[in-house]
Amino acid sequence: MKSLSWLIGLLIVIGAIPMITHDVTLRETVFIILMYIALAESLNIILGYTGYVSFGHIVFYGIGGYVAFLMIQNYGLNIIPAMILAGLFSALVAYCLGLAILRLRGAYFAIATIGVNEAVKALITNLEQVGGAEGIYFNIKVYSAYGGAEHAIWLSYYLMLAVTIAVVIVSWFVKKSKFGLGLMAIREDEDAAITLGVNTSKYKTLAYALSALFPGMIGAIFFFKNGNIEPESAFHLTKSIEMIFMVMLGGFGTVTGPMIGAIVYERIRGFLIVSEMFKALHIAISGIILLLIVLFMPRGIIGFVRDKIPALRRFVE
Amino acid sequence: MILKVENITKRFGGLVAVNNVSFEVNEKEILGIIGPNGAGKTTLFNVISGIYKPEKGKVIFDGKDITGLPPFKIARLGIARTHQIVKPLNELTVKENVMVGACFGREYLDLDSAEKVAEDVLKFVGLYEKADLLAGKLNVPEKKRLELARALASKPKLILLDEVLAGLNPVEVMEMVEVIKKIRESGVTILMIEHLMHAIMQISDRIIVLDYGQKIAEGKPEDVANDPKVIEAYLGDPELVLKLTKR
Repeated sequence: MKSLSWLIGLLIVIGAIPMITHDVTLRETVFIILMYIALAESLNIILGYTGYVSFGHIVFYGIGGYVAFLMIQNYGLNIIPAMILAGLFSALVAYCLGLAILRLRGAYFAIATIGVNEAVKALITNLEQVGGAEGIYFNIKVYSAYGGAEHAIWLSYYLMLAVTIAVVIVSWFVKKSKFGLGLMAIREDEDAAITLGVNTSKYKTLAYALSALFPGMIGAIFFFKNGNIEPESAFHLTKSIEMIFMVMLGGFGTVTGPMIGAIVYERIRGFLIVSEMFKALHIAISGIILLLIVLFMPRGIIGFVRDKIPALRRFVE
Repeated sequence: MILKVENITKRFGGLVAVNNVSFEVNEKEILGIIGPNGAGKTTLFNVISGIYKPEKGKVIFDGKDITGLPPFKIARLGIARTHQIVKPLNELTVKENVMVGACFGREYLDLDSAEKVAEDVLKFVGLYEKADLLAGKLNVPEKKRLELARALASKPKLILLDEVLAGLNPVEVMEMVEVIKKIRESGVTILMIEHLMHAIMQISDRIIVLDYGQKIAEGKPEDVANDPKVIEAYLGDPELVLKLTKR
């Protein structure tokens, strides 16, 4: 429990700073950090615990975004139920999809997930009913239900903080549960896991659905705040790669790792994107760093620390 | 009788890996399976534990037809196995490896009870000191014992041992043989594949011999050892062998 409580404590501290200072720029930065943490922690459930590299994981964020956006725009639903519906819908899509593509292993699964993302993007782009390639914009009146745009943005911020905390708690409990043990057995050796009695296909599918639930909710919040949604930004494959980067950088299969990875990545990105020299190169540089991590620190920052200082293991999950 | 294998045939394309094999395993006995390389022994294990579906035949366990059930269901009914090529869960600790067996095996325990079972089993196979080490750090004999511990932790009625003695030095073989005897004393039925003749002859109640996928002999160890068909399978022409042994 100790390792969980300090993680939650850290999140609350990070989340509280913009609330206290009312600094809008800082709020935007923290919003992005929280979003990255939540996305990375979600991906970690399938990638880190179960060992399946979901390369196109951003598809669930996009689906969630579209579901919530349409619910709010067309039916005047409040963002909170819309967000929950979006998450559940993403999870359902992942569940059905998982039944098919989780039969594939290794690189084949990774490629299939990219295909799914691109297919959904192409579908939405060609579907005029949901805005097609140009996407959809909120009617400005949408925000008046929340007391104006400024209030809506703050509400998005609180929701993002709440979802992020929820993801970390869920990740921690999954890791400590029998379900988590089964997932890790699958990651280490799926054939051994099934002969030991793990219902591998059920476990994999549930893990995939769970890892899609939160990205759906995060997409809902992000695009609600954004005020517009279009296929290019909702199903942006680069974001998928960023998610993998954060998980690998921090340490896959740990709870702390993706969080650290997300914070470090946001800082690197923030630094590179404003620097005159590197602004077009931040993905390339991230790619090089990812290569170096995989080669020299395959278990990421947290894995490295846990290896070097075993005494920390009890406090760092 | 705890296990009954009836006319099992398993093909891979044109190759008949197991050809119409039938046998029975009695409760609490040790039944050895021997045969030259490629005789179909491991394939037979894979059919019993559900990894492969046979083209023909039935596997009856504890009065229930388990042919074609998925491996995890067969594990939960009470058949555990070890692998010839060890499959440790490298990034998990030794104890966690064994807990997987206890959690998802016949008793389907929760984590806390599984941990207790894992500790007991690790003491039983002599790996308790290594409980908190990552399984990937163990050496080969230790990994073999881990395979065994994981299988035992599921509290099976029947355990399939696939060459647990291979690659061990004579002292380690002796230790492992003692562990196997203790497992049988605890009431578990054992079906084991082994190449190490002196060990399997000494430990088994009965032996069946496979060659090119077919059962060519079955009986007490001493009878099987003197069966001309068995000698031929291992050494070639039996008359030549007789001549050699007379000399």
